[in-house]
Amino acid sequence: MGKPRTIVEKVWDSHVVCERPGAPPLIYIDLHLVHEVTSPQAFEGLRERGLKVRRPDLSFATTDHSTPTTDRSLPIADKIAAAQVAKLEANCKEFGIPCYGYHSEHQGIVHVIGPENGLTQPGMTVVCGDSHTATHGAFGALAFGIGTSQVEHVLATQCLLQAKSKTYQVNINGSLKPGVTAKDVILALIARIGIGGGTHTVFEYCGSTIRALSMEERMTICNMSIEGGARAGLIAPDDTTFQYMHGRRFMPKGAAWDAALDRWKQLPSDEGAVYDRSISIDTAALEPMVTFGTNPGMGIPITQPVPDPGSLADPLERDSLAKALHYMNIEPGKPLLGHKVNVVFIGSCTNARITDLRAAAALFKGRKVSPNVRVMVVPGSQDTKRQAEAEGLDKIFREAGALWREAGCSMCIAMNGDQLAPGEYSVSTSNRNFEGRQGKGGRTFLASPLTAAAAAVTGVVTDVRTLL
Amino acid sequence: MKKFETFTSRVVPLPIDNIDTDQIIPARFLKTISKAGLGDQLFNDWRYDDAGNPNPDFILNQPRGRNAGVLLAGDNFGCGSSREHAPWALTQFGFHAVISTSFADIFRGNAVKNSLLPVVVPKDAHEELFAALEIDPDAKVEVNLADQTLTLPSGRKVEFPVDPFARHCMIEGVDELGYILQQQGAIAAYEATRTCPLNTLP
Ligand code: SF4
Repeated sequence: MGKPRTIVEKVWDSHVVCERPGAPPLIYIDLHLVHEVTSPQAFEGLRERGLKVRRPDLSFATTDHSTPTTDRSLPIADKIAAAQVAKLEANCKEFGIPCYGYHSEHQGIVHVIGPENGLTQPGMTVVCGDSHTATHGAFGALAFGIGTSQVEHVLATQCLLQAKSKTYQVNINGSLKPGVTAKDVILALIARIGIGGGTHTVFEYCGSTIRALSMEERMTICNMSIEGGARAGLIAPDDTTFQYMHGRRFMPKGAAWDAALDRWKQLPSDEGAVYDRSISIDTAALEPMVTFGTNPGMGIPITQPVPDPGSLADPLERDSLAKALHYMNIEPGKPLLGHKVNVVFIGSCTNARITDLRAAAALFKGRKVSPNVRVMVVPGSQDTKRQAEAEGLDKIFREAGALWREAGCSMCIAMNGDQLAPGEYSVSTSNRNFEGRQGKGGRTFLASPLTAAAAAVTGVVTDVRTLL
Repeated sequence: MKKFETFTSRVVPLPIDNIDTDQIIPARFLKTISKAGLGDQLFNDWRYDDAGNPNPDFILNQPRGRNAGVLLAGDNFGCGSSREHAPWALTQFGFHAVISTSFADIFRGNAVKNSLLPVVVPKDAHEELFAALEIDPDAKVEVNLADQTLTLPSGRKVEFPVDPFARHCMIEGVDELGYILQQQGAIAAYEATRTCPLNTLP
């Protein structure tokens, strides 16, 4: 028997193509996901060098970031966005990469369509020119975001030069109380370790809380690994994983499925495997979380007061917190409960899957959206949208007074026309509350779909447990 | 890629922790399909008011924010998204190096591929430099990648870590893709050893 290894080491070891003196290891990539924003300059680079895409059969594209969530029978009104979407479709055609384009019935957020179509599989290396690629780690894949130069490297060679990351075991134990969700777990972790806490590492989420979660919930957790500074985050596959994957479009079938299953079952970390770092979180007492500031680490349990910059010793930290509260126009020392909300956004690659929509719909059912709040529900993919409609969820949203849109990143990144006006407050199920992230001057409170739905019906930041 | 040479420069201080890529270049400028013009949008939301006029309080709009090759920022610079537009905007504006106590992983990787050097310094040197710039806004530092040293205005030299391969590529002006393309034999050999888990083609 060799030395016990973590799942990260197992995936890593099986993907090293070569290691030459003076250079980082060359790593093979099993799945390369592509979208319209971070790829055009990479395709241009290939053209300039006269290169082809080495493995179009391991590549897949979709359009999501600058893609409108309005009526798809209309042309894209924003000419620059329209050109970017058209460029992706043209590049994919020229280089032979399959693409769920603007009019595809399977189009959606890149991190939603990968798992949904069975592109994402355990033990794979997955990359995308997008920092939330860690989402795919929920399947036991080593999945991480890359820049446009590296998008070009992978297109041309299917490989990346990559230094090995350290491993960070995140033990999450306890059963979640009603009203507390996977989103609250990951926000609590980031509030604890800070947004740089996981820098240079890959998280492996373990423990009883994680094992009890659905695949959608696991994706919510892995999705925000980057908000904790980690390169990637993953969860060892188990029966929940295999059940979710079975029969999906690009999954192996028949004997190939059985053989793959045997391989996948070897992936979980060995007994006695050693991690570079570890942390334990107990979720039994966890409350719904909400962020108050301008980075995802500025989160608090919903009943707790906003921290006071005066309590911080480090001058730069104190200034940064004061700057955040100034931008948010929020007073320290009291909870956010009862704070007015202008917009509620339920969507993004963190929380726009079917289970998220079901949870929100259950809260909306029989209730009306507050007249002062604009509520947008944006499914993660067109497949998710159809499934939600088959279950009648769209009717619940519409009857409550929420907008039901076509799939895309939407107000998570405000590139497609869906955005906050300056000074507006949103409760958002997305992953980033940076200044201006949802529109210049807009202010974001990150929370779970349940907490977002609660704010939608009350018009203020609300503890969802009071509505259950 | 241009060869990275030792240089001496004034420094623009931006004493804010966790400057994320949405601040470096807001997402709405990412609809472009080229790299051109991004320097004009660097730190857009801090640099311009809602009407698009330069905000006089922001340092890049002041004389001391011009013609400096080095940006000095708070902890954890470049966190957030993987957009390479961030180093493109910084280099187009004229920065060749950013000094901080730490950098987010993806930003650091993107920066070195664009001849932008992330200089990680210890907390005391970081504080010394901010203090020196308070006294003399025109104080200069020397950035020497070959020796991996930053010379502070006081004359004190601090060493900084750099990935050896990134350092080689920056000093020689070679890009990584050229190197990876030379490994095609190894890549083909690797591909021959494994059954492919996926086929995305129709
Ligand atoms: S939904 Fe938001 S975080 Fe996710 S890929 Fe789109 S822009 Fe990025």
